Amino acid sequence: MTDPILKIDGVSKRFTRKPGLVVRGLDRLSGRDSTQTVHAVNDVTLSVPRGEVLGIVGESGCGKSTLGRVVSGIYAPSAGSVTLEGKPVARELRGNVDKLTTRVQMIHQDPFASLNPRMKVGEIIAEGPRIHGLIPAREVQERVRSLLEQVGLEGAYANRLPHQFSGGQRQRVAIARALAMQPELLVLDEAVASLDVSIQAQVLNLFMKLRRELDLTALFISHDLSVVRHVCDRVAIMYLGRVVETAPADELYAKPLHPYTEALFASVPTLGTGRAHFHPIKGEIPSPIDPPKGCAFHPRCPLAGPRCKTEVPRLVNPKDNRSVACHLHDGGTGAETGAAA
Amino acid sequence: MSAALEVRGLTTQFSTRKGAVTAVNDVSFSVQPGRILGLVGESGSGKSVTGFSIMGLIDEPGRITAGEVLVQGTDMRSLSAEGRRQMRGRNVSMVFQDPMMTLNPVLRVGDQMAMAVRVHDKVSKAAAWDRAREALEIVGIPAPAERLQAYPHQLSGGMRQRVAIATALLHRPAVILADEPTTALDVSIQGQILAEVRRLADETGTAIVWVTHDLAVVSSLADDIAVMYAGRIVESGSAEAVIAHPRHPYTRGLIDSVPGLHEPGRDLPQIPGSTPQLANLPSGCPFRPRCPRATDICATIPPNTGTEAHSVLCHHPIEAT
Amino acid sequence: MPEIVAENIAAVPSAPPVETRAERLRNFWSDFRESWVAVGALIVIGVLLFLSFGAPLVSPQDPYDMAALDWLDAFLRPGTEGSGGYVHLLGTDNAGRDMLSAIFYGLRTSFVIGLSAGALALLVGIAVGLTAAYFGGRIEALLMRIVDLQLSMPAILLALVLVAMLGQGVAQIILALVVAQYAYFARTTHGAAKVERGKDYIEAARSTPLPTHRVLFKHLLPNVLPPLIVVATVQVASAIALEATLSFLGVGLPLTEPSLGSLISNGFKYIHSDRYWLSIYPGLALMVTVVAINLVGDQVRKVLDPRNSR
Repeated sequence: MTDPILKIDGVSKRFTRKPGLVVRGLDRLSGRDSTQTVHAVNDVTLSVPRGEVLGIVGESGCGKSTLGRVVSGIYAPSAGSVTLEGKPVARELRGNVDKLTTRVQMIHQDPFASLNPRMKVGEIIAEGPRIHGLIPAREVQERVRSLLEQVGLEGAYANRLPHQFSGGQRQRVAIARALAMQPELLVLDEAVASLDVSIQAQVLNLFMKLRRELDLTALFISHDLSVVRHVCDRVAIMYLGRVVETAPADELYAKPLHPYTEALFASVPTLGTGRAHFHPIKGEIPSPIDPPKGCAFHPRCPLAGPRCKTEVPRLVNPKDNRSVACHLHDGGTGAETGAAA
Repeated sequence: MSAALEVRGLTTQFSTRKGAVTAVNDVSFSVQPGRILGLVGESGSGKSVTGFSIMGLIDEPGRITAGEVLVQGTDMRSLSAEGRRQMRGRNVSMVFQDPMMTLNPVLRVGDQMAMAVRVHDKVSKAAAWDRAREALEIVGIPAPAERLQAYPHQLSGGMRQRVAIATALLHRPAVILADEPTTALDVSIQGQILAEVRRLADETGTAIVWVTHDLAVVSSLADDIAVMYAGRIVESGSAEAVIAHPRHPYTRGLIDSVPGLHEPGRDLPQIPGSTPQLANLPSGCPFRPRCPRATDICATIPPNTGTEAHSVLCHHPIEAT
Repeated sequence: MPEIVAENIAAVPSAPPVETRAERLRNFWSDFRESWVAVGALIVIGVLLFLSFGAPLVSPQDPYDMAALDWLDAFLRPGTEGSGGYVHLLGTDNAGRDMLSAIFYGLRTSFVIGLSAGALALLVGIAVGLTAAYFGGRIEALLMRIVDLQLSMPAILLALVLVAMLGQGVAQIILALVVAQYAYFARTTHGAAKVERGKDYIEAARSTPLPTHRVLFKHLLPNVLPPLIVVATVQVASAIALEATLSFLGVGLPLTEPSLGSLISNGFKYIHSDRYWLSIYPGLALMVTVVAINLVGDQVRKVLDPRNSR
């Protein structure tokens, strides 16, 4: 395995909602604390080697989007660090995030909100490189034109405004904008989720083509299991802020280890003939403000034991390239042993 | 057995600055009691407008310009506005993509459901609450009496959608229209709701029209499928037949676009071009600009070249196997 | 027949261009035209602007040139000929000033003060609102509290206090009006900016990363302007009315400077003594101006409303 270029090391991201002045005063008097803390991302460690596409999969509240934003330098981590080739991606500066690198670029979910409605598409693409001096001024127009062609649009479209394009075309523009910055790492946050199925296929094909041509490294965040399987080399499954399993894509889909992963695969309808028998996961996804104690999945897990209710499972490596956070797979005691105190 | 819902030649148009746009074009289908029809399409297909038209929820600048909508034999279009209002909720009801389109955020769940009961049936408040509780049980909500006391914002998204479905069921309608009700929900919650809906159709004999863009959902939930493109139904038949042996090139392309059916890493077969712009449709078959099988004759609207059981609107349908 | 197979990513034909800028302006105008009342109001404003800024050309007399006045011409009824040899269409006041000319000059002052105060208040309001929305946290809390405080006080009260402190004169009045009015712009800007700030394109700009000033002025500001246009028209009308009120009360412009407010005030004592024309006509002129601007602003708001699905 080649050296990792992206290292996410023990990253946590907390959001606190401080109550208003009056409630804070009341809290002071009664000794309570009404501050609500959401642990959106909780102690995540991942690394991505050059040229790999890592899929991050999960449902609401799992923290995948927040993780994507921490990696892109939009949020600073509350704990831990994100480094690209050893250098940090962002830092906190006087309460604001100061992004330190142009080498990570993000493609957002909503193609209708991710482009400035008042700027021409060519300007949108050229803005970043021009300001950062990545392309000499006289070459800018040519570069914009060739980028547009590379993503499957005509160079002449540079003079059009975003609202003159369809959703799929806007995503292509967003990809061109990201590529114009010559990034080391792309973060795609549900980049195809808002697109029609037939357009999604086009954009996925484009991504795979660009990935081959430019040897891209990417974080592919999605809730869609079949899309992730198709484009990713490795996949990480997240639940309520933690990574519960990672594995190469084909191995994961062939044999998931974590009960949540297994249940997730079983509950998703797949395109096949005939009416399927549904195997839904029971229970609701817990709120990230008040997660269950111990393993966050235990209330819904068909295999939960007493240990699962009290002890948070740690990520272990049953095989070299796989990891899983579950007491059933920690190579020893299993789920029955209760925690000591 | 007569159909619970029969739609014949439904056409809905919107007037815009550029002229009349036909969102639903000569759409016909029928649903028997206890069956689930999946109405499949992408943006601009007209699937949602079809649902709203059936319910009579189309407002200016849109109008239904032709066709009949027969719910248990009664044509909704021939009724007065009051007549349609009587039918809505009682004989045909709708579940929307956003449950907050059904639920009033400032009322307790029990209060609003009781209101929905008493709009059509003169019963006491207590009796209405009872019926509401029953409906919540039918959709599998645990501790229904407590849920009735809650406000919508205290419930999760999946729970709210279940309440919306329960509300749709209050009067045991013959037909339920569901417009992408699980699209905005998490995958695992969607699985739960799909299981409930299937059980519902089997046990209560309600006919359900499930509008969606998700082929996987439709293939596992629906008995029959109708595929819409640019306002027309381009293919319809039993779910098995349409998914396993699609005859319209669009259906085939749509099924092929789904990543799950292909070897990972390989290019997906794709339909070229963009989704249709209703204001700017080509003459003849609307799929023509994107179709690899198009020839000159496709400049005319294709007839139904399939069978009664598996119809397809195409000059060059893929061979039936 | 060829099956649909995987193919190279061909250039995707784009949707035909929906609207160019020229078309958008044309659409805006045709939507605006739908209200004949608003179009009428627009014409009225146009005429008033012409008459007021062209006052030196179209007025029969310069009412603030002491040399041109003649005491003998005082209190002439509307329609009477004066010593200058022309008909005073709206009569004369106690000093012999031709009311029509005085109104034209007064309107000019009204427009000058109203437009400058409006423009400056817009700039200050945008600065405050954008800063508060972009930086959030304590800065936002502080700035918007001040804005809220100001909005809870009647503008006239604020303006009175400021004029009392600053003294009389055109510049002082404009300053007082700006301080009294920037809060409306600040609040509207803040609201719109908060909405836009949450959108992905701002996040994308920040994470390129682009410098803060660029994100503020090239990305955030242009998308926040539309609702401000509506507020601006209403605030200009409000500024005109405020200035007239101050002058009426005697604390605005001195009598030697033209102002509709001071004309009204001057003629006030004669209102019950049959010499109505000293107050009524300036009052009517003021009312017509303010109402016309409000009508235009109202129609602009209706047309720009995003819920207008056309």
